[in-house]
Amino acid sequence: MATLALRDVRKTYANLEAIKGVTLDVEDREFVVFVGPSGCGKSTLLRMIAGLEEISGGDLLIDDRRVNDVGPAERGLAMVFQSYALYPHMTVADNMGFALKLAKVSKEERNRKVAEAARILQLEPYLDRKPGQLSGGQRQRVAIGRAIVRNPKVFLFDEPLSNLDAALRGQMRIELARLHEQLNATMIYVTHDQVEAMTMADKIVVLSAGRVEQVGSPLELYHHPRNLFVAGFMGSPRMNLLPATVTASGAEGVTVAGPGGMSVTVPVSPDGFRVGSQVTLGVRPEHLTITPDGSISGHALIAERLGGLTLLHVELQDKTMLVVQTDGSDATRVHQQIRLAMVPAHTHLFGSDGLAAEHLQRNPLTVS
Amino acid sequence: MRHTLGGKIGLAVLGWGIAVVMFFPIFWMVLTGFKSELQAVNPSLFFHPTLSSYADVQSRANYFAFALNSVVISVGGTLLALLFAIPAAYVMAFFPTHRTRGTLLWMLSTKMLPPVGVLVPIYLLMRSTGLLDTRTGLIIIYMLMNLPIVVWMLFTFFKEVPRDILEAGRMDGAGRMDELRHVLLPLSLPGVASTGLLSLILCWNEAFWSLNLTSSRAAPLTAFIASFSSPEGLFFGKLSAASTLAVAPILIFGWLSQRQLVRGLTFGAVK
Repeated sequence: MATLALRDVRKTYANLEAIKGVTLDVEDREFVVFVGPSGCGKSTLLRMIAGLEEISGGDLLIDDRRVNDVGPAERGLAMVFQSYALYPHMTVADNMGFALKLAKVSKEERNRKVAEAARILQLEPYLDRKPGQLSGGQRQRVAIGRAIVRNPKVFLFDEPLSNLDAALRGQMRIELARLHEQLNATMIYVTHDQVEAMTMADKIVVLSAGRVEQVGSPLELYHHPRNLFVAGFMGSPRMNLLPATVTASGAEGVTVAGPGGMSVTVPVSPDGFRVGSQVTLGVRPEHLTITPDGSISGHALIAERLGGLTLLHVELQDKTMLVVQTDGSDATRVHQQIRLAMVPAHTHLFGSDGLAAEHLQRNPLTVS
Repeated sequence: MRHTLGGKIGLAVLGWGIAVVMFFPIFWMVLTGFKSELQAVNPSLFFHPTLSSYADVQSRANYFAFALNSVVISVGGTLLALLFAIPAAYVMAFFPTHRTRGTLLWMLSTKMLPPVGVLVPIYLLMRSTGLLDTRTGLIIIYMLMNLPIVVWMLFTFFKEVPRDILEAGRMDGAGRMDELRHVLLPLSLPGVASTGLLSLILCWNEAFWSLNLTSSRAAPLTAFIASFSSPEGLFFGKLSAASTLAVAPILIFGWLSQRQLVRGLTFGAVK
């Protein structure tokens, strides 16, 4: 189908640089997710790819052809909007066939393609209805159908699920993943929801303030975040980031002392870490365990019981807060004194510049 | 808000009172049209209705010639105004620059100029282009006169159309014209219709330019009414009959389309 490449793409408004030079390759049939907090420029970047926003600098290549100055329709892309943006005065069938009608495709051909898309999306009973008579999920499917009918080189999705309720969102997530499989299409998907990013993406692009923070597979970002931003943004619940001081460094890694008397040797390359320097220790809630012989002591302040698992908010002696993920059947009561241990292999170390230290052994990332 | 029975009755009386006061001149005009000239100067509700004034009016001037001019000029002026205003409002609503706001205000400010201030230059322009006393001349003047209001109204209606839908159209391969024809206009049709209606009514009732720029061939109904207030004295019966004839079409038209009109004028305010 298609490949897409960004080469130092920039977007400048009057005196504000919204996109500060993004370079990225999207492979054929890849599902790429742009994720980041609101205002990070992810939607702007998608709209620049779509041709709805001008590109102020750099090159956008589709199938190795520079398309900066090509109109939205001629780029051969299709977009699904957050608001669905269906044509309210047209029936579902007309909505889906509008692009083909504009392209002067014959009526039979048009009907055939619309019927095919309706079959894939189970929209056949609704073809004669107007968008106003459909539910949110059905409208979303029509919007996707409108994209499918055009047989685009790349599908662009701008936060397509954020107007749906939680249950429907989960269901549509699976439908989209299946659709990606079924259509064998290249897709770029924008979201602020890191769960959507983790569950659907082949490749995640984490954006912040108009810059790419990291590009990688979901598990790569999970196990090897490149900096503090990615470490804090990806993963739910959020990674615990604790101030620490380097006490020793050697071949096994860097030993740091953290709050509450904790001491851990993080298996990372010791380059650049001097004894006494201030660093940040990162450990995910799921990599902390409650054990009587743990070296960290504190007491549980709040327990969020989600059923299958429990999130304990633990206060250490020096008032530092930690989140621990434990079993749903965990019996720890609020205000109970507990001791915690962490798996050194699953901890992360960030220098004062916010960059992560290289792990001595990379996670094999067997599941991908 | 709580409404007591007394409050409700008071409000109803007030409302009806205002309505009666506003409607009374029209009612009196229609009534006077059916009186003889002798009865017309005598303000009385009870009289022998007669069609003599109408007969006199029709014998002195051909109502239908004037009415046809009114229709052609109003419809022509309105269509021409829409033709220019739709693209203008489209661009201002969806591709605004830092000058858009100022341009809109400037356009509206031209309505603050008293028309008589430009009467002489426009009269001379019309004379030298041979447009005096022609329908074309009045159509152009009416179009220019209504353009600011029409652009403003369309601008507000277009603003209500979600940008996403137009962008979806652009992604689907719609050019500017397709976007206007297949997406924007169908979506804002109620707004465009009420804008057209308003423009139609303004053109129909316009008297200043029609009296000054036409004499016979292109004279619309406003000139028809004016011709009955002659130097020999006011003939209230004939004047009322002529006025009734002149306002009747637009009154009926307005009545039929009042829902559309109200919707258009409050659109955006209440949604």
